[in-house]
Amino acid sequence: MINLTTKGSQTREGRLGSVTGYCGTLRDLGNQVSCGGLRSRERCFSQASLCNAACALGVLSFITDAAIVQHSPAGCAVTAMQVSNSREQLASALHLDLSHSGYLCTDMNESDTVFGATDNLSCVIRETAQRYHPRAIFIGASCVSGVIGEDLASVARELSAELGIPVAPVNCEGFRTRIWASGFDAAFHAILSALVKPPQKKSNIVNVINFFGSARREIVAMFKRLGVEPWFLISNSTVDQLSRLSESAATVSTCGTLGTYLGHGLEQQFQVPYVRSLQPHGIAGFEDWLRGLGQVLGKSAEVEAVLSEQRQTYLPRIDAIKQKLKGLRAMIGMGPGFNFNTARALQELGIEITHSAAWHFDKQYDDGLVPPAFEYLVTNSAHDFSLSVSYLQNHELINLLIQHKPDVFFSRHVGSTVWAMKLGIPALCLYDEYAIFGYRGLYNFAQSILDVVTNRSFTDNLKRRVKLPYTEWWLNQRPNHFSSPTNEQS
Amino acid sequence: MTVRLIDQPRYVCALGAMQSVQAIHRGVPVLHAGPGCAAKLAIGIAGSNGDSGYISPHVYPCSNVSENETVFGGEERLRDTIANALKVVDGDIYVVLSGCTTELIGDDIGNVVGQFSGADKPVIFVATPGFKGTNLEGHEWVVNAIIEQYLVPRGRKAAKRGLVNIWGPVPSYDPFWIGNIRELEQLIYDLGLVPNTIFGEQRGIENINRIPEAEANLLVSPWLGLSTVKLLQTHFDTPYLHLPTYPVGAHETTRFLRTVSERLEVDAKLTQRVIERNEAEYYYHIERTSDVFLENRTMSRRFTTVSNAADTLALSRFLTNDFGLVPGTQYITDSTPPQHQTAVAKYFEDFSYGIRAPVVFSTDGYQIHQSIRKEEYYGPPLLVGSIFEKILAEELSGNFLAVSVPIKERLVLASSYVGYRGGLKLLEDIYGYVLRKFN
Repeated sequence: MINLTTKGSQTREGRLGSVTGYCGTLRDLGNQVSCGGLRSRERCFSQASLCNAACALGVLSFITDAAIVQHSPAGCAVTAMQVSNSREQLASALHLDLSHSGYLCTDMNESDTVFGATDNLSCVIRETAQRYHPRAIFIGASCVSGVIGEDLASVARELSAELGIPVAPVNCEGFRTRIWASGFDAAFHAILSALVKPPQKKSNIVNVINFFGSARREIVAMFKRLGVEPWFLISNSTVDQLSRLSESAATVSTCGTLGTYLGHGLEQQFQVPYVRSLQPHGIAGFEDWLRGLGQVLGKSAEVEAVLSEQRQTYLPRIDAIKQKLKGLRAMIGMGPGFNFNTARALQELGIEITHSAAWHFDKQYDDGLVPPAFEYLVTNSAHDFSLSVSYLQNHELINLLIQHKPDVFFSRHVGSTVWAMKLGIPALCLYDEYAIFGYRGLYNFAQSILDVVTNRSFTDNLKRRVKLPYTEWWLNQRPNHFSSPTNEQS
Repeated sequence: MTVRLIDQPRYVCALGAMQSVQAIHRGVPVLHAGPGCAAKLAIGIAGSNGDSGYISPHVYPCSNVSENETVFGGEERLRDTIANALKVVDGDIYVVLSGCTTELIGDDIGNVVGQFSGADKPVIFVATPGFKGTNLEGHEWVVNAIIEQYLVPRGRKAAKRGLVNIWGPVPSYDPFWIGNIRELEQLIYDLGLVPNTIFGEQRGIENINRIPEAEANLLVSPWLGLSTVKLLQTHFDTPYLHLPTYPVGAHETTRFLRTVSERLEVDAKLTQRVIERNEAEYYYHIERTSDVFLENRTMSRRFTTVSNAADTLALSRFLTNDFGLVPGTQYITDSTPPQHQTAVAKYFEDFSYGIRAPVVFSTDGYQIHQSIRKEEYYGPPLLVGSIFEKILAEELSGNFLAVSVPIKERLVLASSYVGYRGGLKLLEDIYGYVLRKFN
């Protein structure tokens, strides 16, 4: 159950029992989930991972008329650089106004770490309000604000009353979780607790929890046939639109990892049905996702009509290309949401999964049930396959690639694609969340796989000229060498 | 109280100096910091300009400090991290960098690192908590730590004739760092000297080992690196030559060559030949392109630079002394330490024909943009800065070029704005924007 009365969301480790250390197989993990014996393995050596603050504040920075004040030293605000032009690129395509948004930092220094700096934080919030007149302000926590115990919630309460707009703390201290997706929950907690209002009326809008809405046109047309309009969350949304999420007819998500907190939060607090389905990757995912929505809306007949058209157009083409992909073996390195949905789509193309490396693992979502995409694989995968969980540990990834020797590798995270190619394994980065969306997406995906395994020039040229930064000793160790079974923590 | 803030950040914290370690071939940053510091800082600084080298941020050994360490301390985790880093990652020098959390919880990092003094490979330590300084200061601390903890114990060496260490461009934070360093090397080489630099491909620990053998240290930077060359003078008696401006275009590059030549006692005739050859080539291009430069509807007469001290100084001098534009206010956004600001501001006072450029130090992009909006440019201005200036330039119907972090929307591989060719490249890039409009 999601608790919106707390100052912030709990981490995934604490709330869902999610883990970041596991090495085994799909069905073994499935057994451990159902028997309740799953424990996270800790490592005594690790490489630099990722930070939940980047997820939390990255997502929130795409709200078109809200501001972020990060209570941190200068470096943490690097996220403002990262999103500097992408916000604009995304918004300008829809002619949206960004003049009421901003991303500022309190530039905490050494004396702040001794004396605290909530006074300066309040000043920066006031200054932000004066400069940009945002409709809401989010206060981003940092490791420093967390360690010295700054009371962001009190500052938020005072400034909200003073400025007459929602001011919400976002509890995304970098040290609090190994699972960067906990940052999504922190952001959605802030939205649910500070922005979303009880419904005044019901609308025909369907909340689509996603990142950047690249399949907007396609989904708008499809949903029109179901008599509803999609609202793509939360990039390109205004504070006012977010405040009315409770009025929507339903919520769907393109990523289970991303969607769980907001989707279930809206269902638990405001009875907006969250469609519990596979994500819309490939055939089974797309059908389950759309049928789930059709059921909630009472539009099952319309859904079947859409599916039947899609099938007729694309199935023959997909079948033709499947012949050419026969015998390929793939490895995936992604977060658990996209990972298991991509694995299923690959199996639909007849490609064998040699290994799935997930960047964390949720044994349940916020409804207390096993994530559908994982459950589906455990039940339906023709073969059990090797599976590991790490928080993007590159040295483990390298040895897994060497051990499993896949024909192709699929990635989704910054800096994780080239390593397969350095080993001579063609790789495809699926940055676009809609890269395998439905029948059309699966068809394009199949062709892209064929392209990267056919023209291997970039991979082969690179492999011949680079040396790996790992010692011979490491390259001959088991991938899970550093996560000793005697070092277990619950 | 006066409010302290950063709006539109254009630099990061001291830990950003991890990029300087990564830029040393086979240098390994080992972080005692939070889990996301490395990836976040890298994507912010390197951005669209790539960070997947021999070592990349996900390869940095890192203690990924969690709640557990904030309560119980992280020294044991650090010891494990360093010991295993030496076993797993194949490098030549390991530089332990601390983050905010581990400094706040009071880990004795120096003591832990000291336990590895007998390791096969050098392991050194630099305190780089984010609350203590900027990535530029961090860069200087890293280089100085290499000198003090690695080079000084190895002792002095006999000077090699003509060997010159070059200091200046900051890896990754300067998007043109490799090209700029290579071009500075080439200029020194053209004068018959032997350049020594430590960053980028086919450089590394051997080049670091050669630092004490140099006859001179050449610092090409307004302020960053001064403590480094002074440190080298103290420990190795190496004299230094400080040239605040990195040379862009004919005017500054010729001045650069003459100064270096005089101070390092290069054959004047050779220097003259180098200058003549390069100027002839440079002005061949300027002459054949003058119609485009001079006859158009949209090029600006006045310009403003919004960048770090090095870029703001170098580019404003080029646009004024070489290309004949008139400087509006010049902004320095890298949080230049107060003790250097007076000296840096002075470098904007001696442009040709008695022209002076007003200079403002600020980390507040919002205020800078408000000032630019109020300034009279007598026409559309040229704004040279970061991606943050793009929309402002459009608003003012001006011209725009992003040259510094966050640079975005352009890819920089080996190109450079340094030297004669660098000036030509800068003009190509500026007119690439000017010519997109109706002319």
